Parts: sequence; C-alpha cells; structure tokens
Amino acid sequence: MTRTEIQQVALAAALLAAAACLPFVSDAYLLSIGVTIAMYTVLATSWALFSGPTHYISLATAAFFGIGTYVTGMGIEHLPYWLLLPIAGLIGAVLAALVGIATLRLSGVYFVIFTLGLAELVRQIITWFQNISGQKGLYVLTAITEEHIYWQLVGLAALVFLTGWAIWRSRLGFAVRILGDDEEVARHAGINTARVKVLLFMVPGAVAAITGAILAPRYVYIEPSIAFTPMLSFQVVIMALLGGTGRLWGPIVGVIPFTFLWEAISGTFPNQTTLLLGLSFLVIVYLLPKGFVGLMQSARNRVNRREGFA
Amino acid sequence: MDILFTGLLLGGTYALIAMGLNLQYGMARIMNLANGEVLVAGGFGAFWFWTTSQVSPLLTVFVVAPLAFALNWLIYVVILRPLVKRAKSRGQLETDAILTTFGLSFVAVGVMLAVFGGDYFSYSYLARPVHFVGDTYGLNRVVAFVSAVILCGALWLWLYNSRAGMSVRAIAVAPDSARLVGINVPRLSALAFALGGAITAMGGALVSMFLTLDASTGVIFTLKALIIVIMGGVGDIRGTVVAALLLGVLETFVARIIDPGLTLAAAYLLFVLILLLRPQGLLGKSRS
Amino acid sequence: MTKHILGLATVLAMAAGAVSAQETLTIGAVGPKTGPLAGGAAVTYWPNVQLWAHDINARGGLDVDGTKYMVEIVEYDDQTNPAQTIAAVQRLATQDEADFILPPYSTGLNLAAAPIYDRFGYPQVTSTANTGNVADLSSKFPNLYITLGAADGMVGGLVDVMSAMREAGEIGNTVAMVNVADAFGIELAEAARPAFEEAGFEIVYDTSYPLGTQDISPVVRGAKEAAPDSFVAFSYPPDTFALTEQAIIEDLDVKVFYTAVATAFPAYGGRFGAAADGVMGIGGVNAFDPAFQEYAARHEEVTGAKPDSWASAMVYSTFQIYEQAIEGAGSVDKADVAAFIADNDFETLIGTISWDENNNNAAYWTVGQWQDGVYTGIASTGRDGAVDPILKDGWE
Repeated sequence: MTRTEIQQVALAAALLAAAACLPFVSDAYLLSIGVTIAMYTVLATSWALFSGPTHYISLATAAFFGIGTYVTGMGIEHLPYWLLLPIAGLIGAVLAALVGIATLRLSGVYFVIFTLGLAELVRQIITWFQNISGQKGLYVLTAITEEHIYWQLVGLAALVFLTGWAIWRSRLGFAVRILGDDEEVARHAGINTARVKVLLFMVPGAVAAITGAILAPRYVYIEPSIAFTPMLSFQVVIMALLGGTGRLWGPIVGVIPFTFLWEAISGTFPNQTTLLLGLSFLVIVYLLPKGFVGLMQSARNRVNRREGFA
Repeated sequence: MDILFTGLLLGGTYALIAMGLNLQYGMARIMNLANGEVLVAGGFGAFWFWTTSQVSPLLTVFVVAPLAFALNWLIYVVILRPLVKRAKSRGQLETDAILTTFGLSFVAVGVMLAVFGGDYFSYSYLARPVHFVGDTYGLNRVVAFVSAVILCGALWLWLYNSRAGMSVRAIAVAPDSARLVGINVPRLSALAFALGGAITAMGGALVSMFLTLDASTGVIFTLKALIIVIMGGVGDIRGTVVAALLLGVLETFVARIIDPGLTLAAAYLLFVLILLLRPQGLLGKSRS
Repeated sequence: MTKHILGLATVLAMAAGAVSAQETLTIGAVGPKTGPLAGGAAVTYWPNVQLWAHDINARGGLDVDGTKYMVEIVEYDDQTNPAQTIAAVQRLATQDEADFILPPYSTGLNLAAAPIYDRFGYPQVTSTANTGNVADLSSKFPNLYITLGAADGMVGGLVDVMSAMREAGEIGNTVAMVNVADAFGIELAEAARPAFEEAGFEIVYDTSYPLGTQDISPVVRGAKEAAPDSFVAFSYPPDTFALTEQAIIEDLDVKVFYTAVATAFPAYGGRFGAAADGVMGIGGVNAFDPAFQEYAARHEEVTGAKPDSWASAMVYSTFQIYEQAIEGAGSVDKADVAAFIADNDFETLIGTISWDENNNNAAYWTVGQWQDGVYTGIASTGRDGAVDPILKDGWE
C-alpha cells in the first residue's frame, strides 16, 4: 500500500465510523433518511462496480433485492436471522452467475431488457409457487429496530467499499480496467472477458440480495408487488449515474443529494411527486450526463488548464 | 382450436401494444419507456369520449391519433433530439434514452393523474359474444384484432412501398449511410417516432374496450411491448407481429392446458429463451 | 424552529388567559396516489379523507373539552411503496408534528407503517388491512386495530350464503373457484378450500392467474367447461371487470357469480348495468340504511364521486373513530386518545364497532350483492340489515 492509499482507506474508515454514529445524534426522521441513503449507497455502489467498467446497464436490482426479502420472509421462522443474510447473498451470487453466463454475451440493450424481465420472471415464479404451496402472506415480526437495520447497512457498505477496493487492486481489477477502456484490447491481451464480467456481476447480485434480506424486517409484511417493484432498479441506476460510475465513491455522491431531493419533493408536493421526480430525472440526464464525478473532473481540468496558462 | 383463436386474438392485442414501440425504437432509435403512458392516454381518450358523449372508440381513434402524433413529434424534437445529437455512440444514446424516457413516463403519469384523476377508466363497449367455429369470443376483442390487422397492413404497405417508408427503413438499418444517400435522417426519425406514438395511442383506445386502465398502469404495457419488440427483432414490424401472435398463443395455451398462474412466467421464459438462442430476435438481422 | 417558537407563544398566550377560540389539529394521511394500488385508493381512500375533514370543519371543528379544533390534513403520496409509507409516516411524526395520522391504505402498507405508529404512540385504526395473523400483530403492536375483517370470516359468510341456497334446493353442489395470485387472493382461496369442502361443496375447477393478466378468457372458459353451479373469484379490480365481462360474453350459466374487490364499486354497476344484477361480491354495506344513504349523498356532493358500497364506508367509519375518540377523551394527547379507543365502542356509519381481544372488529359485512341496480349486504358477522340473496339469472 502506498501512502496515499493508506490515507484514503483511513479517511473512508473514519467517514464510515462517523456515519455509524448517526443513530446516537439524530431523530427518527433523520434516521429513516439515513436508512434510505445507506440502502441506496450499498445498491448503487455495487451496481457501479459492475456497470461502470462494463457499460452494461443492469435493471436486475429489484430481482435480487426481492429474492433477499423473500429469503428473510420465508426463513425467519426456521433459521436464525444472522444466518439468513449470507444465505441471501449466496443465492443472489449464484443466480447472478447463472444470469451472467447466459446473457453477458448479449449486446448491451438486450441485457438491459433481459434484466428488466428477470425481476418479473422471478416474481411470477415465486407468486405461483406461493399459490400452489398455499403459503399465506409472509410476516416478518422481529425485534429488529431501525437502528439495527441502519448499522447493518453501514456495515454492508463498508464491505462493498472494501470489495471494490480489493477488486481494484487485484489482477481482476487490472483486467476490469482494460475491459472498461476497450473490450477488443482486453480480449487480445488474453483476458477472458466473459469470465470477468460474470464475476463482477455476482457482486451486485449478492449485495442486492443481502440488502433485501436486511430490509425485510422493516416491511413487516412481504408481498411480491412490494418486494419486486421495478422502480427500485431504476432509482439505483439514476442515483449511480447522477454520482458517476468512474470512481468507487462516485455513486454515493449521487445517492445523498438525490435522496434529499426526493424527500423534499415528496414532502413539499404530495400531489405532484411523480411529475416532479420525472422532471428531475430529465434535468439530471441533460445537465449532468457524466454525473457529479464528471462535473468535478471537468472543473478540475479547467482549473489545471488555467494554471497551465498562467 | 379455441386455444388458437383466443391466442391469436390476444396476439392482436399485443401487436397493438407493441407496434408503435417498434417504430420508435427500431426506426427512431429511442427506446421509449414512456410508451405505456401514451397507450393509457389513448385509452383515456376513448373512455372520455364514450362516457361523455357515447362516441365509439373506433371513431375516437381518429381523434387520438393526430393528437398523439403531434405530441410525440414535439417530444422528439424538443427533448430527444438533443440527446441524439449529443450521443457519441449508440450505446450512449440508449442509456440516455432509457433514463430520459423513464423520467418522461413519470412526468406523464403525473400529468395524467392531475388531468384524469387516479380512478379506473372502466366502460363497456361491444362486450357481446361472437360465435365462430363452435366457440364464443368477445366482439370487442375481435374488432381490436381486425383493427390490428388493418393497422399493421397499412404500416407494412407504407414502409415497403412508399419512398418515405423506404427511407425510414434505411435509417433503421444504417443511419449513417442513410445520411450519405441524401435521406433527411433527423426529420424522418421524428416522423417515425411520432408515428409510433400515434399507433400506440390508437392501440390504447382500442384495448381500452376490454382492458381496465388507470393512470398508473402504463408500465405494464411498456414491459410487454419491450419484450415483444425485442423478441420479434428490432426494426422489423413483421417480427413484432410474429412475436405478438406467438406470445398470445403461448399464453393462452399455458392458461388452458397447464395453469393460468404460469402465463406470465411462460411469457418471460419464452422471451429469455429467444434471447439466448437468437439474440437479434426472431426476424432481426444480426448487427455487430 | 418556527414551530417551537409558535408553540411557546401559544402556551404563553394561554397562560395569559387569552384562550384563542379556535385551534388546529394537524392530521396526517399517507396513501397511494400513484403505483399499482392508486386506482383503488382513488375510489376508496382519498375521497374519504377529503370528506371527513370537510365534515368536521363544516360543523365547526372537533369539540375537545370545550375548545374547538379545526382539522388540517397533510397528505403524502407513498407511490404504493412501503419504504415511502415508512418515510412519510416518519416525516409526519417528526417534521409535521402531526397530532394524529390516519391509517395508510392496504394490508402491506399498513403493516409496514405499524412499527412507526407504534413507536410514536399513534393509534392506527386500519380500514383496508385484511390479515390472517391478528394475534401476533396485536400483541406486537397494541395500538393497531383491524376493522375490515379477516379472510376466514369473509369466506365463511360466502359459504354460509351458498349453503343456505343449497339447502333451499336453489343451487347444486359444484363450485368453480379462481383467485388472483397475489397475497390477497391466495389468502382467501386458501381459506375457501377447506371451508367449501367442510360444507359439502365440490370444487370442480380451481386455479389462479397472475396479477396483470391481459386475457382472462381461458380462465372463464376453463370454469365453464367444468359446468359448475357456482362461480367464485377472489379477484382484484381490473380482473373483476374482466371476469364479469368474459362471463357475459361466454354466457357463463351459473346460479351464483361472485367476484371480490371492485364488485362494490359504483363503476361496476355503471359498466354492466342490468347484467350486474345478482352478482355477489366481497363485503358490503346496508345500502338501505338512511345513514349510509345520507353519507353517500354527502360523499358525492363534496368529492364529486360516489362511494363504493363496502370499503368506503369502512374507511369513513375508522375516521369517525378518531373523531369520537378525540372528543370522547377530551384531549388531543395521543396516549389519552389511544386509551379511549382501546376502552370504548364507537357508533359509526356502519354501526357499532367494538374490539375483541385482538383489537379486531368482529362484526363486518362479508358478502354483498347487486339487486335492482343497488349493491347491498347479504351476509355479515353481526351487522343489521342483510337482505335475502337472489339467484343469478342469466346476463341479460
């Protein structure tokens, strides 16, 4: 590790530790925003780990998230809670691998539609299965509080950042960087691009499933239309792109302002929430095509250039 | 036998839902996630004319279509064209289009909610039985099917026998070369997009005869349309028709023979299988 | 901050003896304005929020121990997303400092919000939650009340109605049963299977279909081929319409035709007219009760739309419970009002509501029927005014 790397890791650890202190100082409302931010940080960061370098837009977040909530919903009566999270992660990763093997050779747009359909497919199969097995609504009645959920999410965020950072430093990360620049070059350099993509895709799959498993106690009652809402997939994409996918910390820069924007809109204009959210989507796409990261970089470039002239 | 006919009727409905999107995505290169909202708006038009003044949805179609055409033209020129100009690659345009039209779909839901309210648009029109080869079918579905046939036939004639249609097809295949041979790509893209919107709105007016819509249901139709268009092959309306009919028959078959609970699962499974075996779609040409 | 200062100012003003004649209560309301359940909420939930606030303010506000309180509604759209319901209830509790929060809409959204109501001590008298797990829920959330009824009660009412018809020799033994494959439909179908069997009915066709099915005709055709005496569908709004329309087209010849949610909607009668006659549906009201008729007229006058003949009245009744409890407790303190709700019965639009040991309202309408263009209750677990069911006699 170089000196700057140590500094960065220390900074990240300090920030996460600070974030973990939120429940001690905030009221319930702020904490619920904290949960939202932590949840989308985890989802968007892991999403960007895959979609950033590969340029594949995955809309499968809702599928994995829903599977995670169902793992908790079905398992909570039979298994200890702490065991359910790794199980959810494992199922998510395996499913992501299968989906990846099957679809990652498709060109980008087919992958988009496929992942969008995946959430629907999984949801249909689960509902049908529930129907034939005669399972009633799933209740998740636990003693888990909002604070616990928040801390678990912050912990998961730490894990995601660590994973991202480890990938970056590993041989896989090297392959990923080449892949991100030019897939042809990567292939000529002897990199098994399909394998790299599948491995990368397993990260958001596992993470989204664990996130779903963590959040299930918050919903108390699990039903398919709630667990597999396609909105979630789009929100993750929008937030990640708003932040920028080029850096590990990019998505979080998008998640925080977007969450507050969302809060402000739905709090101030309850009858026009959907309309205004749509408009803010449009503004983001037009004004920030490369996200905040891109904005900062071009600002820095401009400053550098000016200094160069001076 | 009734499975085949019921399936074909459903397929006709699906063709109405998906045809417009194929023009928008295949020809104008905009994957329009607000497609379902246009359909719902068309359905509302039919509902409104029927409940306020007993105007048949079959006539409303002729009011809805030009309105939707104008609106979609405007949307393309004002909102989407800057994206097309800005895009450095097809991939980037696709990402931008997905996000923009997703935002647009929100805006559309919000506007419809304000204008129509959140209630269901429910009315009954031509809900009479038609007897055919020993079975009964809803007259409204049969009428929608016939309309779908007419609409697709007209579209096909236009695309394959007129100069404008040919040019639109040329953009679908090779936008850059089309420009070289003197085709006004921006204008024709707008035309294809607006036409797609008009067809979707007409489809909405027709399907509202037997489907109950509300301001928030658009996304269901967007998903279905996307699946059909991708399955059939982007940029080829024949593929969309084949895929729509295939899907209709498959869903009916599953519902009658296996279990109605599995119809949508079967539809997605078919979609997945087709993507895996023929990523370019049933009739699509592979594009590298 | 301003709010605190204002609050302080009020306290000072009151201490000075200058009691202002009129106070305001902030009442929160969270429900879907968009998303999959928006259509149902637009019929059943939001108009009642508007009507209730209108009614109270029109009569000069709530009388709390001599002080008049006008109500001010703060509404949020939860987009049919439980995460948004949670956020909105929390916002109401901490930011808007709502004095009371009306219950959310639907089972899932009510239960998602239950921990928050519980934590802040808000009473949650639900009107649109239907759950089979009342014992666990009520021990975990003591301020959660359920008025709509439970799956087994709803199904039990239907089975009783059909059994009586069979005893009278009006219908035969066979039933075709379909359900929407969603939590609601699954739960009802699950309760119905053993209940029908126990009553000696034979289920000759039993299937589910996914939410969002665009062609329901295979289901109706399958049912028709089984030639049942009765057709029972635990359905959701869009498919309730589609099933009925398809039954008309196929001329499904049954003596009992039952569909679930939306059968009681005015749009149902409006759409099918005379063909709706004899159709049974889930839940009901006493449509001939002058109180209900007066409510329906007011509903139409204030909101511009007719109420439905089941859940609308339930929703309004639960709002009345808040109203009576605040006045009855003579306090706007949440704990006082919650205690008052727990210890009392309430005279509401649908009659007296009292609580069993699980904070459940045990007396509710289970089955209703369209008769001569009016949807009215034909079976209940203890409500007055049920009329005799009629046979479904064709679709003309």
